[in-house]
Amino acid sequence: MTFSLGFAVLIVKMIVVLVVLLLMAAYMVLLERKLLGWFQLRPGPNRVGPFGLLQPIADGMKMLLKEDLIPRHADRFLFLVAPALLALTTLLAFAVVPFGPDLSIGGVTIPQVISDLNVGMLMVLALSSIGVYGVALGGWASNSKFSLLGAIRGAAMMISYELPLSLALVPVVMLSHSFSMVDIVNAQAGYPFLLIQPLAFALFFVSAMAESKRIPFDLPEAENEIMAGFHTEYSGMRFALFFVGEYVNMVLLGSLVAVFFLGGWQGPFLPPIVWFLIKVMLTPIFLIWTRASLPRLRYDQLMHLCWKALTPLALINIVITGAVMAW
Amino acid sequence: MSNNPAAAVKSFLRGAKGIADAYLVVLKHLFRKKLTEPYPEFKRELPERTRARIVLTRTPSGDERCVACYLCSGACPVNCISMQSAEREDGRRHASWFRINFARCIYCGLCEEACPTLAIQLTPDFEFAKDDILKFVYEKEDLLINGGGKHPDYDFYAHCGVAFGAKKGGHAGERPPVDVKTNLP
Repeated sequence: MTFSLGFAVLIVKMIVVLVVLLLMAAYMVLLERKLLGWFQLRPGPNRVGPFGLLQPIADGMKMLLKEDLIPRHADRFLFLVAPALLALTTLLAFAVVPFGPDLSIGGVTIPQVISDLNVGMLMVLALSSIGVYGVALGGWASNSKFSLLGAIRGAAMMISYELPLSLALVPVVMLSHSFSMVDIVNAQAGYPFLLIQPLAFALFFVSAMAESKRIPFDLPEAENEIMAGFHTEYSGMRFALFFVGEYVNMVLLGSLVAVFFLGGWQGPFLPPIVWFLIKVMLTPIFLIWTRASLPRLRYDQLMHLCWKALTPLALINIVITGAVMAW
Repeated sequence: MSNNPAAAVKSFLRGAKGIADAYLVVLKHLFRKKLTEPYPEFKRELPERTRARIVLTRTPSGDERCVACYLCSGACPVNCISMQSAEREDGRRHASWFRINFARCIYCGLCEEACPTLAIQLTPDFEFAKDDILKFVYEKEDLLINGGGKHPDYDFYAHCGVAFGAKKGGHAGERPPVDVKTNLP
């Protein structure tokens, strides 16, 4: 494969992934509103288009046309950059997610992943940590008490859930002998890691719920305590960017759960990309179900859970996995 | 957290059951009938005395009932009614212009209670949303209706008023003057 052809294929892949992701994020909002409605005995949005299917487009138009307010005492530069930072880091993480096995078109092999980094998993974890800067800086730059409280909570939450999030993935790396997401999926050809690592799955899932900043861990936003938390002062398209970040993050967590524990695109009968989409959608649907079911945790309860329960369990799990593998 | 492992496990299981129950209850609601009635397709029957859009009514003979006494605009707690009084050639008073700003109106009905001629009345018609706030300023032409509203037969000037031609005892519904001498014991 020549360099120019490879470059063209890369650009096409990036465009496809970006468009599909943004559309998914938009329709994730609709799915969430529909499901929440049904859980609460309401029909959900059903006026714009058949079954409300054009609602995300109407919402997008509304967001674009709204006034973009910047508070007078805000730190202008950081205020403008923060939402982009959150959306950017979440979108970037998809560069290493494998969507299917290698395709061969006309004798040319095209891997269905934008970049098969040999440290793919580390990159995803690093990006998720940088994403918190979007929250912390957005809250700080707004120069508002509620936003600052949200930002502090976001930062405090991050140092709590990042540790079990990363530690829960160590057994996966031990089993697949690789940090590369492609290799991790290939290592699950026989059976998904969920079957041999249920504890790691549970730990990762709970930490991922905290990572997504949604109920029961939506402390940085907490509408009824601190209004909208870190994005109180945001409006228009910048507010929408925070939302895109949040919903793309849901899809990202779905992909990570699918790649690390559910066997990625592997599955019988159906084409790999269909399997991957089914597995990716499981996590967001569960997150929405959770939002309808559970109350919000207090800030100290979250830290208690992460530091005193999840982290020790993750460490024990690593030791047990190592012992079993060595024996 | 308890130091006793058995108690800790028990407490963990109880907590897990509590969370699982919450999920189950929510899941059950997915299959229940929706409570929402979609609005434009389903219209609830309104209570009889629902107060909404204000109208100005007419007498049975088709005249304006309003005599521009300013009582409604004085009673209005949000000052949404304004008018200019004038006198017709036959001495009958009326409003040369009459304006209600529905963007401000709170539909309290105090204007209706204040009106001595039963001219201003509230109707149950609440569906008049607009895309521009200025369109909520209703002029006299928009407010006047053909008919007497809640009291179709009532006519203020047939009962009282000045210089309207009728002699003493000649107004509609007025009983003839009492001969006081017949009242004597």
